[in-house]
Amino acid sequence: MSMAADERNARAPWALTAPALMLFVGVLLIPLAMTVMLSFHDWGQYKGIEPVFILKNWHEIATDPYYAEMFWRTFRIAILTTLLTALLGAPEAYILNRMDGRWKSFFLLVILGPLLISVVARTLGWALLFGGNNGLVNKLLMSAGVIRSPIPFMFTETGMVIALAHVMMPFMVLSVWAALQRLDPQIENAAMSLGAGPVTIIRRIIMPQIMPGVLSGAIIVFSLSASAFATPAIIGGRRLKVAATLAYDEFLNTLNWPLGAAVATLLLVALVLIVVGSNALIERRYAEVFR
Amino acid sequence: MRRNGPLALIFHTIFVIIMVAPILVVCLVAFTPEGFLSLPTNGFSLRWFRAIGNYPEFIRAFWVSLGLGALSSLVALLFAVPAALAIARHRFRGRDALAALFLSPLMIPHVVLGIAFLRFFTSAGLGGSFAALVIAHVIIVFPFALRLTLAAATGMDRTVEMAAVSLGAGGWTLFRRVTLPLILPGVISGWALAFIQSFDDLTMTVFLAAPGTETLPVRMFLYIQDNIDPLVTSVSACVIAVTMTALILLDRFYGLDRVLAGKGDTGR
Repeated sequence: MSMAADERNARAPWALTAPALMLFVGVLLIPLAMTVMLSFHDWGQYKGIEPVFILKNWHEIATDPYYAEMFWRTFRIAILTTLLTALLGAPEAYILNRMDGRWKSFFLLVILGPLLISVVARTLGWALLFGGNNGLVNKLLMSAGVIRSPIPFMFTETGMVIALAHVMMPFMVLSVWAALQRLDPQIENAAMSLGAGPVTIIRRIIMPQIMPGVLSGAIIVFSLSASAFATPAIIGGRRLKVAATLAYDEFLNTLNWPLGAAVATLLLVALVLIVVGSNALIERRYAEVFR
Repeated sequence: MRRNGPLALIFHTIFVIIMVAPILVVCLVAFTPEGFLSLPTNGFSLRWFRAIGNYPEFIRAFWVSLGLGALSSLVALLFAVPAALAIARHRFRGRDALAALFLSPLMIPHVVLGIAFLRFFTSAGLGGSFAALVIAHVIIVFPFALRLTLAAATGMDRTVEMAAVSLGAGGWTLFRRVTLPLILPGVISGWALAFIQSFDDLTMTVFLAAPGTETLPVRMFLYIQDNIDPLVTSVSACVIAVTMTALILLDRFYGLDRVLAGKGDTGR
């Protein structure tokens, strides 16, 4: 279509996006605004929710060390999960990228496929593997002589981090994989012809170029881990709470909706700040890669 | 390019085993002939698959999930296809902001969305209804439907459309006979990916589902909270089988890396 025709259709894009825009304003932005407002309402065991403006919930979260500990646990688990996926996922993406065509697409399917398999089923798998003191993982580690006594995995942060890392791993592999696709294999050959060894090549040539991929993968993994629900709920059990499972408890067990809304709002705001902030940092640091 | 050394291949083997192990163990335990959680060392049995028949709540939850996934993905596409065409073809003020808004459900934690929808639909008198589930799922699958349709619309050869216009086609005929068939692979893949996302969602749905409208992941989650027995592994094995089938079809049809990486995005 020519420019003139496009100008005649100046209203067309708005007509085409209007239904979706109305949907998003009506059932996404308004509910989110209602949730933020809810966090300022009052609540009592017998009186229920009172639509007043009060800072009680925010004050409770700010002063009660229980919430500080819970948020610190949430972010600690997310950071460890991110580190684990980066340390294992980045080398795996590199190895995968050097495979022959058919093996490459087969293993890509095997590694990325779990992304679409129910999180409940995947976490159930870890619960079965961990399964108390004589779970398969412990039996395997003990017979291999790696450990003497069984490690408690169920209802611990260790177990949560391992299961979460498994759930999040495809995102990291995918992100590093995308960065590797932009990489020119000739640079590696050039470095080799100039006498660089494999360690030097990885450290000086590969690492700097895939770092943006690792970092953007890390942002995805971190924000999804910090707000994960199914895995912490199943592996962590009822006592080891993270932000998402605590909000769930406040909403569906204690029925203190305003407090649950405050926890959720804080999680949302913290994540948006962290994600937007680190995105800006990465883009400034690696401006030439994104250009 | 250089080959992978032996160390790299050992790392790769261990990595793949760890990735597959939890899924494999669920499927294996599902075939146990014993009455408790165990690997089927004494032969395979289908008793736990037959046992699903005695739990109508799992069957009903399966149908709820299936209907919810199919319907919400379809509705999402009805909104997403026009929006994708507008974003792909027009440069207008607010285009980037609109695209960001439409993709935002990817960035908002599902627990926050679950809470927001619970609050919203309860005040609207729709709490726990199937309609509320459909609307909520339309929002969370919308980015997936939009992304794949957008990729198809951006990569489309527009000379065919111009030819149709020069022959007198316009409006609805142009869309139905020319544009839609051309972007159909993207639209169908978008529907499939949206369906999988809806079918698997637990975190948001667990806030909205009531006893009559529990989806399969919610039913499974609530069951696991009480106890873990071979029944839930056989249900999981069925879910894994459904997803794997959709996955292999999606890979053959469109390419899994393209689907997941959302290549041909809004140019980001």
